[in-house]
Amino acid sequence: MQALYAQLLVGLINGSFYALLSLGLAVIFGMLNIINFAHGALYMMGAFCAYFLLNVLGIGYWWALLIAPIAVGIFGMILERTMLQWLSGLDHLYGLLLTFGIALIVQGVFQNYFGSSGLPYSIPDELKGGMNLGFMFLPIYRGWVVVFSLIVCFATWFLIERTRLGANLRAATENPALVRAFGINVPRMITLTYGLGVGLAALAGVLSAPINQVRPLMGADLIIVVFAVVVIGGMGSIMGSIITGFALGVIEGLTKYFYPEASNTVVFVLMVLVLLVKPTGLTGRAA
Amino acid sequence: MPDLTMAKATPASTAASNAASSATADRILAVENLEAWYGESHILHGINFNVNAGEVVTLLGRNGAGKTTTLKSIMGMIGKRTGSVRFNEHDIIRTSSDKIARMGIALCPEERGIFASLDVRENLMLPPVVRPGGLSLDQIFDLFPNLKERLKSQGTKLSGGEQQMLAIARILRTGASFLMLDEPTEGLAPVIIQQIGHTIARLKKEGFTILLVEQNFRFASTVADRYYIVEHGKVIDGFANADLQANMDKLHTYLGV
Repeated sequence: MQALYAQLLVGLINGSFYALLSLGLAVIFGMLNIINFAHGALYMMGAFCAYFLLNVLGIGYWWALLIAPIAVGIFGMILERTMLQWLSGLDHLYGLLLTFGIALIVQGVFQNYFGSSGLPYSIPDELKGGMNLGFMFLPIYRGWVVVFSLIVCFATWFLIERTRLGANLRAATENPALVRAFGINVPRMITLTYGLGVGLAALAGVLSAPINQVRPLMGADLIIVVFAVVVIGGMGSIMGSIITGFALGVIEGLTKYFYPEASNTVVFVLMVLVLLVKPTGLTGRAA
Repeated sequence: MPDLTMAKATPASTAASNAASSATADRILAVENLEAWYGESHILHGINFNVNAGEVVTLLGRNGAGKTTTLKSIMGMIGKRTGSVRFNEHDIIRTSSDKIARMGIALCPEERGIFASLDVRENLMLPPVVRPGGLSLDQIFDLFPNLKERLKSQGTKLSGGEQQMLAIARILRTGASFLMLDEPTEGLAPVIIQQIGHTIARLKKEGFTILLVEQNFRFASTVADRYYIVEHGKVIDGFANADLQANMDKLHTYLGV
């Protein structure tokens, strides 16, 4: 049983990253109509940002949780202003190719300077150690990642589904031209939305740094699974991306326990099944 | 009709004070030789008309004549447009639609443009207040009592008439004094059409200036001061409501009714 709980925890951790990343992808897709293939590279940049903050400036984990998403988010907004905005109204394929190209360039630059091996980033002192829960041993940092990710996901959901700003965003997703004709600066809102999605990816990168090490290709490996998560959950729904992210992490964890051989493919098998039965994804609206 | 008390400096009174200085000072909108394109297709071929403060002006014409495109071009929602659109003496032909909205023009679009992912309250509160003098929520609920009971409903779950009222209500909050209503009676029951007619008359009395697009000229004749006929992307004729009877034969030919 110990092993089962351990795999469940790993599943929840992976699920946290899936949820944070697919949430950002869903928000970006809704507003920009772009499938952001640069998402993995931006996640990696978040982790590297935390690494630089610590090793160059001596700024620790807690500040990195705030600074890295803002810094990488600003980088994302520059990408949107200088490149992505010109693709509005074109076929999805252009956005996909452009962001994929950006991802390759960013990853290439980091690989050139840092190689492919991982750089260590240690767990902050406050979150070191573990707790004995009786039925299992819980490393505190891992528990923190799950709880903090849940809070961030819920806060993002609240922002979009329950606030005035979120209402503007939802309306602009439906009919940007009309929202603009009401006097709302939609282009600026699009830029900020991209920054928000990118910031979530960078935040996931910081959270991941002490667990997975900091590697130029850390995002490239993860993003493939995240896209499968997005396909399963459907692009349309915020809550759908969060739930699907966590659920698939857990399903992966359970598979590792019951049938380890399939643990790397189970998400893709589910993706195929969902595509066969409901091509818009479990919670997706028809596009 | 519930009593509507609007504590606002009406645009008509401001315009009236301007009128002393010049004869054309109460001209709010002047459209000259407006042309517009959707991609490659040339839709407007030179639209000319004007609207004075406090008037209700109606654009009549068949389907596809270019009435909706004219409204969208004024609002800045059509990418390629040329000619001149002057609003309160500012040329807005090259201005983006969010800036045009902030100058005090509001559009109630064809098909109403109610957002499905927003509830009624969110739909109502969506357009930002662009200048003081808009209706308060209480005044809006006096005008459209139905909306008050449906605030939590999804916007598109309302009946067609309620959606139309919501679409009009939300632009009354903003303080815009120049309203463009695109076929507000389309697909609605006669009793609702009557209510919308009363609302427009009420708004006119309060000093709003209204540019209306209609296919239903019987309805338009109950509210309009003047008419322009749009055909093949051009304004081909225009007359005052007083001359409506004299122009009836022409009108039937234009509209094919």
